[in-house]
Amino acid sequence: MIEVRDLTKHFPVSSSWFRRARSYVHAVDGVSFDLGRGESFGLVGESGCGKTTTGKLLVRLTDPTSGHIAFDEGNGNVTDIASLKGRALKEFRRNAQMIFQDPYESMNPRRTIFDTIAEPLKVQKLGGPVEQMDRVTRILELVGMTPPGTYLFRFPHELSGGQRQRVAIARALVVEPTFVVADEPTSMLDVSIRTGIMNLMEELADRLGISYLYITHDLAVGRYMCARIAVMYLGKIVEMGETEEILHNPKHPYTRALLSAVPVPDPDYTRPPVRIEGGVSMPLDPPARCRFYDRCPIADDFCRDNDHPPLEDKGGGQLAACYKV
Amino acid sequence: MNNTPVLEVADLTMHYMTRAGAVAAVDGVSFSVERGQAFGLVGESGCGKSSIAISLLKLLPDNARILGGEIRLDGTDIVPLSEEEMRAYRWDRISMVFQAAMNALDPVYRVGDQIVEALEAHARSAASESLQRVRDLYDLVNLNHRFIRRYPHEYSGGMKQRAVIAMALACEPDIVIADEPTTALDVIVQDRILREMQSIRDELNMSMIYISHDMAVIAEVSDVVGVMYAGKIVEYGSASEVFKSPIHPYTRALMSAFPSVTGEKHDLVTLPGEPPNLLDPPSGCSFHPRCPYATDECRTQEPPVVRHGKHWATCWNPPGE
Repeated sequence: MIEVRDLTKHFPVSSSWFRRARSYVHAVDGVSFDLGRGESFGLVGESGCGKTTTGKLLVRLTDPTSGHIAFDEGNGNVTDIASLKGRALKEFRRNAQMIFQDPYESMNPRRTIFDTIAEPLKVQKLGGPVEQMDRVTRILELVGMTPPGTYLFRFPHELSGGQRQRVAIARALVVEPTFVVADEPTSMLDVSIRTGIMNLMEELADRLGISYLYITHDLAVGRYMCARIAVMYLGKIVEMGETEEILHNPKHPYTRALLSAVPVPDPDYTRPPVRIEGGVSMPLDPPARCRFYDRCPIADDFCRDNDHPPLEDKGGGQLAACYKV
Repeated sequence: MNNTPVLEVADLTMHYMTRAGAVAAVDGVSFSVERGQAFGLVGESGCGKSSIAISLLKLLPDNARILGGEIRLDGTDIVPLSEEEMRAYRWDRISMVFQAAMNALDPVYRVGDQIVEALEAHARSAASESLQRVRDLYDLVNLNHRFIRRYPHEYSGGMKQRAVIAMALACEPDIVIADEPTTALDVIVQDRILREMQSIRDELNMSMIYISHDMAVIAEVSDVVGVMYAGKIVEYGSASEVFKSPIHPYTRALMSAFPSVTGEKHDLVTLPGEPPNLLDPPSGCSFHPRCPYATDECRTQEPPVVRHGKHWATCWNPPGE
């Protein structure tokens, strides 16, 4: 349904307001992946790896520097989202929505729940007031806020975190999109609330035929939400494949390190030690070599002298960008 | 490790006075921490775990009152102590690692100076020795000495957290409370900082109280665990007892709702409802509105303590018994 090819986003950094940019942050750097209809695809990585920027590019909340995003509407029409403008872009947004991380920040505190959810309908000029009310009521029921009448005219501060995130989901789904970017929708929620939201999102995907790009820093959440994941590091996808395969048999040294750093809720379990040092470096004008070179435990001169390795099949459809695997 | 408790908390009750009424944030909590031991408090937001932390240091906001109970540090009850008397205990005997992301460092002062200030306020060292002490502390938390003269914004998230840990250790306390010490950090940094805190604890034979919403973090770092719900400890025991054979339905629900990257992929169970409003807590067992095993007794009467040796939980109908 979506084919992303060589998607790149560079943010200019200038030393003063009046200077031309001298250097660029390579937030997303030549990212390619496919997302099937009804599929839930995960982007996993630490903060600053470019996963949120990739999500925003896919719904065009940010304009790409270069690259293509082919979006198949299902009726044979394939459009390149990367170059959409004006009316075509607005129409595309009926199909593609985004759910944000923080249910406290992503809603206008002075608007009622009805106004919040009806906003996309008004922007898209879908239906009159009666139909809009009807659609908002139905979507509230669908996200488990029943009876909807008791929530319609409340304000965000009257709702708990879990309820707000349900409203955020309702707002994204009210225009009946086929594609939703979910940016860490559960990371601000408590465990006992989180599972409910995760299950709700899965259930709605099945029922309404939605494809998700699910962005998370938490591999365990990615495991439950996504059949396939891509691990990102400094703007590049370093590993991609079936989630269970990657968790049981990670190929890229970064994935291995990331996986062995995840704490396990079992006091008797001893994790394999993490072997990488240092922190994520700045993606400011990075050298052409492998992005992970500075922290990699298995890097050698070949890695230093060559360009960033291509994403290659390392067996069974599991792709990794590493010369040493 | 000997078995004298460094800290004994008995029946601690702390309320916040709000315009809408009293909020029972800590409601009759008891536990003890032995020398060299790590105690983990796990619970969801609003369960009262951070309120316990600020009560132990008596760093209470104006509207908070300790209404009862004892906090014994090496045998001395600090609850009745005046602010003046408290100074001999706070930071010197018991200190706290705040979340670095939560502005624990003053942005306009050099980090080294902030630690020196803490040292001198507690007359721990003369000015000439302070800098050496800061260097030692930086070595302990694996920070480079050249960062002593830098400002907080020049530090990364992990480095800030290390500096906050160094500050908590400055006066060599017997017990350190770490309230969500790694919550805002990426997993690889979190992992390294948790390991470092463990080795510092071993090296100094210090006691720790870890407070977190993350069961996996608590399972890894704690010897003894308390599970909190609505201002009370509902289950208490060694980490392996609590996480391997939980008694309380809430602990069980948390365990089966928690996704893990290891082991078989099991279905995640959803806990219905939301944590209660502590302005108006439910009658009887405060977990009863969300509990699949609740009976009339649970709705009306405080649950009894179910004991398996040192492992206990408060429940009327512990499942599987």
